[in-house]
Amino acid sequence: MQYMLMIYSEDGSGPQPETPEFGEMMQGYGAFTEEVRGNGVMLHGDPLQPVSTATTVRVRDGAVHTTDGPFAETKETLGGFYILECENLDEAIAYAGKIPGAKHGSIEVRPIMVFE
Amino acid sequence: MGAVRDLALAEDVLQDACLAALQHWPADGIPEQPRAWLLRTARNRAIDHFRRDANFRLKQSELAVLTALQNQAGPDEMDHEIEDDRLRMVFTCCHPALSEPARVALTLRTIGGLTTFEIARAFLVPETTMAQRLVRAKRKIKAAKIPYRVPPPHLWAARLNAVLAVIYLVFNEGYAATSGSEPLRASLCDEAIRLGGILADLVPHDGEVLGLVALMLLHDSRREARMDEAGRLVTLENQDRGRWNSDRIEAGVRALTQAALLGPPGPYQIQAAISAVHARAQNYDATDWAEIVALYDQLLALNPTPVVALNRAVAVSFADGAGAGLAALRGLNEDGAMDQYQPFHAAHADLLRRTGHGAAAADAYRQALAHTNNDAEQEFLRARLEALTRNSQSSN
Repeated sequence: MQYMLMIYSEDGSGPQPETPEFGEMMQGYGAFTEEVRGNGVMLHGDPLQPVSTATTVRVRDGAVHTTDGPFAETKETLGGFYILECENLDEAIAYAGKIPGAKHGSIEVRPIMVFE
Repeated sequence: MGAVRDLALAEDVLQDACLAALQHWPADGIPEQPRAWLLRTARNRAIDHFRRDANFRLKQSELAVLTALQNQAGPDEMDHEIEDDRLRMVFTCCHPALSEPARVALTLRTIGGLTTFEIARAFLVPETTMAQRLVRAKRKIKAAKIPYRVPPPHLWAARLNAVLAVIYLVFNEGYAATSGSEPLRASLCDEAIRLGGILADLVPHDGEVLGLVALMLLHDSRREARMDEAGRLVTLENQDRGRWNSDRIEAGVRALTQAALLGPPGPYQIQAAISAVHARAQNYDATDWAEIVALYDQLLALNPTPVVALNRAVAVSFADGAGAGLAALRGLNEDGAMDQYQPFHAAHADLLRRTGHGAAAADAYRQALAHTNNDAEQEFLRARLEALTRNSQSSN
């Protein structure tokens, strides 16, 4: 089953750029990506540009409305994601726990819907 | 059924098999191996189900496993299989990816065999709410592919703890309901003890399972003595020990003794041991408080939580005097972590009262009152507060 592991964190939380901790975190992401690639479970994954670049689109009465910013104003925002092919939820949770962002933010694990 | 690896299907086919039993057994008589009969029937229903299934081809491998099992397994092996299957169900129902209320409801429904109506009534929610909770949980198990299996060794300890926590939650819900006017919803206590027994049969090598069973039996032995006729809480000190259930105590001590043979004690065993110290004492004054403090020290080392520390402080107050207890207790709330915790204020009030700080004790009782919705607890605290005010007026 495919799972999307969504990495949420608060803006400015966690290690800041140009600190040794930031380097460690990036190394952690590198190692994690290597691991899931090596295990053959990685389907896709990327970081996202900051939430300040987000545009939200809605169609109401046939007209396209755009708003600046994310859908919901929450402290924690989506910063990146992995899509992994896992045997079951336990395996997906085990991988989610290894994502560096889990230490200061949170990882939402969602099964990807499959149309049979 | 275990080979099906799908909780919903395993449940459905077992239910079908039970219905079939209801149809056949009255007419044909009860078969010699009823459990094996049920399993065989359930398996046949599962095969039927796969045949009906549109994705039949995808399930061919599972069907092959089922057929092989059906042909080879004798009655004994079938019994083992039933147990394995129940254990898989237990772990699936108590999976930490489900919400706690959902785990409790699923366990009572699937393992305990309670009806949705019964569970809803026990937890004081409308039946439709409970039905929705169950449906949502089952949907998540399926959609997120929560594995239908006994967890592998590296997950075992954590996941068994999750199962024990669910059973203890059911017990506590019955033993000290946090809302409503009937604090002892006794059927939930019985149900939790029954679930604990089932789990102890399924996992005979783990001392904590028996430890939990012992703890529940020992607590439950005081069920009758814990309330007076008017439904008011009676403290351990004032309970009529003649009303303690000696069968329960004996069974609890037996479970605790067995648990001790299985390795170093875990938190449930230690808590049961504390309860057993009370059970052994002929009267309140004969309680071995030094032993209880020593057990709390052990528990605190394994479980350094504020709640355990609170109970330890109360034990210290009986072993070494109210002043020592008060000092230990105050050290716990320096950061205000216990401000919202009713038992802290109740214990604080009691220690202040015992050390002769009447006015401060009254304040603490008022704090405690503000933090509980339980009618019996409120009444108990109010009575204490009134007695305190009466005494201070008469001494003035």
